[in-house]
Amino acid sequence: MLDILKDLIYSSGAVSLTGGNLVMWLVSFVLLYLAIKKQYEPLLLLPIAFGILIVNLPLTFLMEPEHGLVWFFYHYGIELDIIPPLIFLGLGAMIDFGPLIANPKTLLLGAGAQAGLYVTFFAAVLFGFDLQEAASIAIIGGADGPTTIFLTSKLAPHLLGATAVSAYAYMALVPIIQPPMMKLLTTEHERKIVMGKLRPVSKLQRICFPIVTAMAIMLMVPTAAPLISMLMLGNLFKESGVVERLSKAASNELMNIVTIFLGLSVGATMTAGTFLSPKVLFIFFLGLFAFIVSTGAGLIMAKVMNLFLKDKINPLIGAAGVSAVPMAARCVHKVGSEANRRNYLLMHAMGPNVAGVIGTVVAAAILLKNLG
Amino acid sequence: MPELLAPIAGNVWKVLVAVGDKVELDDELIILEALKMETPIYCDDGGTVSEVRVKEGDSVNEGDVLVVID
Repeated sequence: MLDILKDLIYSSGAVSLTGGNLVMWLVSFVLLYLAIKKQYEPLLLLPIAFGILIVNLPLTFLMEPEHGLVWFFYHYGIELDIIPPLIFLGLGAMIDFGPLIANPKTLLLGAGAQAGLYVTFFAAVLFGFDLQEAASIAIIGGADGPTTIFLTSKLAPHLLGATAVSAYAYMALVPIIQPPMMKLLTTEHERKIVMGKLRPVSKLQRICFPIVTAMAIMLMVPTAAPLISMLMLGNLFKESGVVERLSKAASNELMNIVTIFLGLSVGATMTAGTFLSPKVLFIFFLGLFAFIVSTGAGLIMAKVMNLFLKDKINPLIGAAGVSAVPMAARCVHKVGSEANRRNYLLMHAMGPNVAGVIGTVVAAAILLKNLG
Repeated sequence: MPELLAPIAGNVWKVLVAVGDKVELDDELIILEALKMETPIYCDDGGTVSEVRVKEGDSVNEGDVLVVID
C-alpha cells in the first residue's frame, strides 16, 4: 500500500519541479496577463504563454523529440520551416500594396530602416554572440514575427523563444517605443509637412506588382524564396479578384490555424533550461536596441531623401519602414496629427510600412545566405 | 459652397453634425475609422451645414464629399 503511494508521488511531476520551472510559470503568467488583460498581440502571446506553461510541467515530455505532441508541431511546423511561409501567404492576402505602388520611392524607406539590423548585428557580435546568434537577434529590428522565426529557426534555434517573443512584444509596444525617437529626430516644422493625395493605382498595376516583385526578388536573393513566394501568391489571390475563396481561406482560416501551432510551438521552446540564462535577457535588450536604431535609420533616410525631392515627404513616414504592419503606420499618423491636426499620414505611411515587410525578408535572406 | 472631403479612405465611425448646424473652423465634424484607428475630420471654414452626404457605417474613398457647408 505504502509502495503504491510512494510510486504515485515519484511519478508525479511535482517532485521533479525545479526553481527554474517556477520562474517560467511566472513568465507565462505575466504573458497571459499581458495578452488577456492588456490585449498585447493576444493572438500570439496567448498560445505562446500557454506553451511556456505546459513545457515547464515536468515529466509531461510534450517536447520530447519523436515522442511529444508539441514537439511534432514544432518539428513539422517550425524546424521544417512550413508555418512562417504559410503566415506570409495569409499576410499577402491581407496587405494592400497600393500605397507603395502609388509612391514607389517609399521602397527606399523600407530598405533604409533595415540599416538598424546591420548595426545591431555588429553590436551583438561585439557583445560575444556568435554570427548566427547575432543575425537572429538583429532581425528583431525588422519587427516582423514570422521572418524572425524563420531566420532564428535556421541559424540559432536555441534562441527561438527569446527572439520571437521580443519581436512580438516590441511590435505591440510600437506606440511607446517609436514616438520619442520620432520627436528626437524630426523638427516640429518637418512633422507638420502635409503630403498630397496619393495617385490612383490601376487594377492592372496591382495584379502585376506581386508577379514582378516575386520574380525580381527571387532572382536577386533566391534564399528569400519561401517567404516572398508565399507573400506574393497571397497578394495575387487578393488582387486578381477571381479567387476570393482562396484569398479568404489564406487570410482567415489557414492563418488562424497555423497561428495556433506557431504560438504554441514557440512557447514550448522556452523551457527553464534554455530560457533562463543571462544571454536571453541580453537578447531583449539588443532587440529593443535594434528596433530603436531601425526606427531612427528610417527617419534619417526620409530626411536624406528630402534633400533631393521637390515635393517634400514628411520624414515621420520613414519610421514606418520597420515592418510592424499596421502598428508603425498608425503611430506615424498619430504623431503627425499631433503636430498638425490636418495631417493625415496613414496611407502615406503604409507605403514604407509594407515595403518594410519586403525589406526585412530580403535582409533575412541575405543573412541566411551568408551565415546559413 | 465649401465641401468637406475625406482625406483618407475608411469607414464613417461617427457623424457629429446634422443639417442646419452652425459650425466653426476646427470643429470636429466626422470621425473616420481606418486600420482600426479613429481619425477626426475637422471643419475647414465656418458656416451652416447644408448637406451630410454620409451616414455612420458607410465606407468612403479618399476625396469623397462628406459634408457640404454653406
